[in-house]
Amino acid sequence: MEKRFKVSYFLNFLGVLAVFFLFVLLFENNAFGRSTQYIKGISTTACYTIIMVASLNLVVGCMGEFSLGHAGFVSVGAYASAIVSNGLTGKGLPDIALFLVALLAGGIAAGLTGVLVGIPALRLRGDYLAIVTIAFAEIIRVLFCNLSITGGGKTMSGIIKLSNFYWSFWIMVVCITVMYMYVRSRFGRTVKAIREDYIAASASGINVTYYKVLTFTVAAFFAGIGGGVYAHYMTAMIPTNFNFMYSAELLSEVIIGGIGSITGSIIGASFLSSLPEMMRQFSQYRMLAYSVVLVLVMIFKPGGIFGAWEFSLIRVYERLTGRKGGWEKSRKKTEGGV
Amino acid sequence: MTFSLFFQSLINGLNQGAIYALIALGYTMVYGIIRMINFAHGDFIMIGAYTLFYTIPMMIHAGMPAWISVFLAVVICAAVGVLVEVIAYKPVRRAGSMSALITALAMSLFLENLAMVLFGAKPHNVQKIFDLPSVNVLGVALPLNVILTIGIGVVMMACLQIFIKSTKIGKAMRAVPQDRDASILAGINVNKVITMTFAIGSALAAVAALMYCAKYPRVTNDMGSMMGLKAFIAAVLGGIGVIPGAMLGGILVGLIEIYVKLFAPGWYEAITYGILIVILLVKPSGILGKNVGEKV
Repeated sequence: MEKRFKVSYFLNFLGVLAVFFLFVLLFENNAFGRSTQYIKGISTTACYTIIMVASLNLVVGCMGEFSLGHAGFVSVGAYASAIVSNGLTGKGLPDIALFLVALLAGGIAAGLTGVLVGIPALRLRGDYLAIVTIAFAEIIRVLFCNLSITGGGKTMSGIIKLSNFYWSFWIMVVCITVMYMYVRSRFGRTVKAIREDYIAASASGINVTYYKVLTFTVAAFFAGIGGGVYAHYMTAMIPTNFNFMYSAELLSEVIIGGIGSITGSIIGASFLSSLPEMMRQFSQYRMLAYSVVLVLVMIFKPGGIFGAWEFSLIRVYERLTGRKGGWEKSRKKTEGGV
Repeated sequence: MTFSLFFQSLINGLNQGAIYALIALGYTMVYGIIRMINFAHGDFIMIGAYTLFYTIPMMIHAGMPAWISVFLAVVICAAVGVLVEVIAYKPVRRAGSMSALITALAMSLFLENLAMVLFGAKPHNVQKIFDLPSVNVLGVALPLNVILTIGIGVVMMACLQIFIKSTKIGKAMRAVPQDRDASILAGINVNKVITMTFAIGSALAAVAALMYCAKYPRVTNDMGSMMGLKAFIAAVLGGIGVIPGAMLGGILVGLIEIYVKLFAPGWYEAITYGILIVILLVKPSGILGKNVGEKV
């Protein structure tokens, strides 16, 4: 491993740790007075929204295809994890193990749904794919409205509250890390090649369908985990929560943040999910404002606010220490060695 | 199933289908010309329905017949359609299909939420625009407004077909999707043609709003989105871009929905979406559409 990567991983870990301890410090010292508990709740909301939005960004940004049915995968994850955790409570498992098992179950259920939906749907592209994903999400919703195990169209309540901010934060960190690594891996690069020109990609021996379904499945898996955190935070849910509007909301957060930028997704999701909570009295204007911003972004900056730009601690570090271009040097060195 | 139930469902299905068909005509026109799914089309119906809600009592108050408000609704819907096109869609037209789709989705969200802010989330009851008696056919009460709905749908389709096939602007509308640059060279004002298409499509949405309100006299701010989606399914089923296809698809979707509702009331939506998935996977060009190969 190159030295720069080691430094980069170390720096990123330090950064995440610093953010975490900042939050711990703020919350444990009751920095916000009586509304500390409330703000903690909002931060948890932001955590699971970030997971969902970043997972949708895999499809929209990395693969360049539209999914307007992401709420369907979220709902599969939410219901599956809730059913598993309901079944396992009182079996002597510690809370954290129970939570992780439930989330994993939610993620796997959503991932399987992703495979089932992806294999037929990803034969289509563009507008038609968008419409088909809506159709699948609606079918999932109708299914949950009719099955007795999911409450049969009524509110499913009594899910134990396992999502607290600290756990959700670390789950979010792990999910984001894995997704980021996926995008930067061989798989991610292949998918980007397919996005740029799928005919050229398949001509150079890439199995287009396989990689598309794989990405779709990974996205669905993380959407399911996000749904699991959601379910164990809300403790009650109804299938109509996960309607077309919810998918549209997630998609607009992806696009406003930046198509293909995980940084954009994190900032977009955390701002867009916490701002309306802070300004309760304007909550009815929230979607109105989203849609106006969305149109403006499309007209003036079609790639989203952050475009494909990613925040990188090592770049900041290099700029601060004046070692700008260190990466170029090290690459030249390795090339010379070869 | 008794015969009368069957017949009643047939009538209901045709009525529902005619509404879908009218909406699908608007979708098919816009998609046929600029290859863009106009998500906001369903919301134009909502605007038409709110216009009817406010203008019908006004007309009755002024002593005029209530159906005049339909013309107002048509004008307002066409104006909104043109406005949406000029303000939002025109700037992103060159930016590719993804931007167009996002913008259309954003406009749909915008119109829906604007209506919620302006009129509230509560459903409003629209006054009946015409009060027609029912006639008894073969032992089944057959409401005349169902026949009127279907009649208006067929007439609209025929007019549109004639308009597209034989007028000058109709010819221009067919030329633009085939080759935009060549049609500019041939002296067609492409922007004008697209704006015209939106005006006609939105005006059709106003007529669909009238038909919808005659059957279900309720307006809500989100009535358009799901209905628009089903009408889009109808357009795809019949073959998008083909005008008789929209009519056929609409009627088929309406009939299937009503009959599935008889047997499995909770599942009818899933069946409608299932149809869409099957048709897109088996024959994406629809029943009446022609297969067009993709250029590399």
